[in-house]
Amino acid sequence: MIALVDYGAGNLASVRNAFACLGEQTFVTRSAKEIASASRVVFAGVGAAGSAMANLRAAGLADALVEAASGEKPFLGICLGMQILFKRTEEDGGTDTLGVFDGEVRRFPRVDGFKVPQIGWNCVRAPGGGGKAEEEKYFYFVHSYAAQIVPQTALVCEYAGVEFTALVKRGRLWASQFHPEKSGRAGLEFLKEWLEC
Amino acid sequence: MLTKRVIPCLDVRAGRVTKGVKFKNNVDLGDPVEMAVGYSDGGADELVFYDITASAERRPIDIGMVRAVAQAVHIPFAVGGGISSLADMERVILAGAEKISVNSLAVANPGIVAEGAAVFGAQCIVLGMDPVKSGRVPSGYEITVRGGREFTGLDAVEWAKRAADLGAGEIVVNSVDADGTRDGFEISITRMIAEAVGVPVVASGGAGIPDHFVQVFREAKADAAIAAGMIHTGECTIADIKRAMSAAGIPTRTGW
Repeated sequence: MIALVDYGAGNLASVRNAFACLGEQTFVTRSAKEIASASRVVFAGVGAAGSAMANLRAAGLADALVEAASGEKPFLGICLGMQILFKRTEEDGGTDTLGVFDGEVRRFPRVDGFKVPQIGWNCVRAPGGGGKAEEEKYFYFVHSYAAQIVPQTALVCEYAGVEFTALVKRGRLWASQFHPEKSGRAGLEFLKEWLEC
Repeated sequence: MLTKRVIPCLDVRAGRVTKGVKFKNNVDLGDPVEMAVGYSDGGADELVFYDITASAERRPIDIGMVRAVAQAVHIPFAVGGGISSLADMERVILAGAEKISVNSLAVANPGIVAEGAAVFGAQCIVLGMDPVKSGRVPSGYEITVRGGREFTGLDAVEWAKRAADLGAGEIVVNSVDADGTRDGFEISITRMIAEAVGVPVVASGGAGIPDHFVQVFREAKADAAIAAGMIHTGECTIADIKRAMSAAGIPTRTGW
């Protein structure tokens, strides 16, 4: 069974429904023990980084998550659950986060013609100048802050003139800025790939 | 590139999707869950459901329907109608909706927008508004409630700015004048609001042909636009709309 980490940062119904559609059972937990013993862990969330980190620390889950996100066990971070795996975010006046990845998370700059948050479907591609654009691969994004590109960045996306990490991978640890559970068929295919990793 | 969204709107009355002209003369169009699946498979970027009789009948929104839709489709959807408190919002979110749309409720109690944004995040709170052309306010568009029947004295542009300041993450501009006419979106008020606020703006009311979407994205700077009657009757598909957008160079999601 897949453990869905509940740390008071939003709604897990969509994630549950997406996995159910793929025939996978999930359970919701806020126990460090259950996270450690689960075969797969999903760490999803929307909301603000400051209160999410405070909730995680208060629930004694910060260390359990860092442990589970070592890359050995299949672990999936989604949206805020991905940003929190980075070292630090500008959100809430600057918040130290879990530091599984070394980069920072920054607010989108104010640029004419780009509303913040980015809300909607954007395409992703492999990082680096030679990265082949996956024009047909769109995912659903909702975010005001975006993670820097790091060596483990597997897919990038662009908004407001900033290229940022859309997917980061280390072993069996995957974390996406987009919401695969809300990304239609592309999202379900992504989740299926993760289930096979 | 972030794409412009095409959003089918489903007005639900007594568990069935209906469509009327200027909020009246409703006809039955089908089952909400079946229609949601059809549109999701057909390339809809998002869905919106209005439980249009909930408020009038003073009953809460149909949570069973919200749950069934959430289990059947895996794209974002918003729900409006019959929401009168934070507790109602929470029930809708926990049932699997991505966003809550508030309209008359926000006019009566603007604080609910701020409270909802603080609890669920701004991205969850959509302000729906029903502007009507009016000489009584500076922008020339006045906010109405109760399906366009009651004028509020609020200027549509001022109200949009205020709602965004309160924490609305998105604003749906539903022109009562254009609703159901199929003559095209109301460009003027949509553009005024899109230029006045820093949050995404969704154009609603009046779409009749795919080119209306090209027009509203190009001329009104909308971030998303709503399709209803023209696709519900089968005259057009989402794919037809997106083909027209692609041909005009407007970014749209393909390959669903």
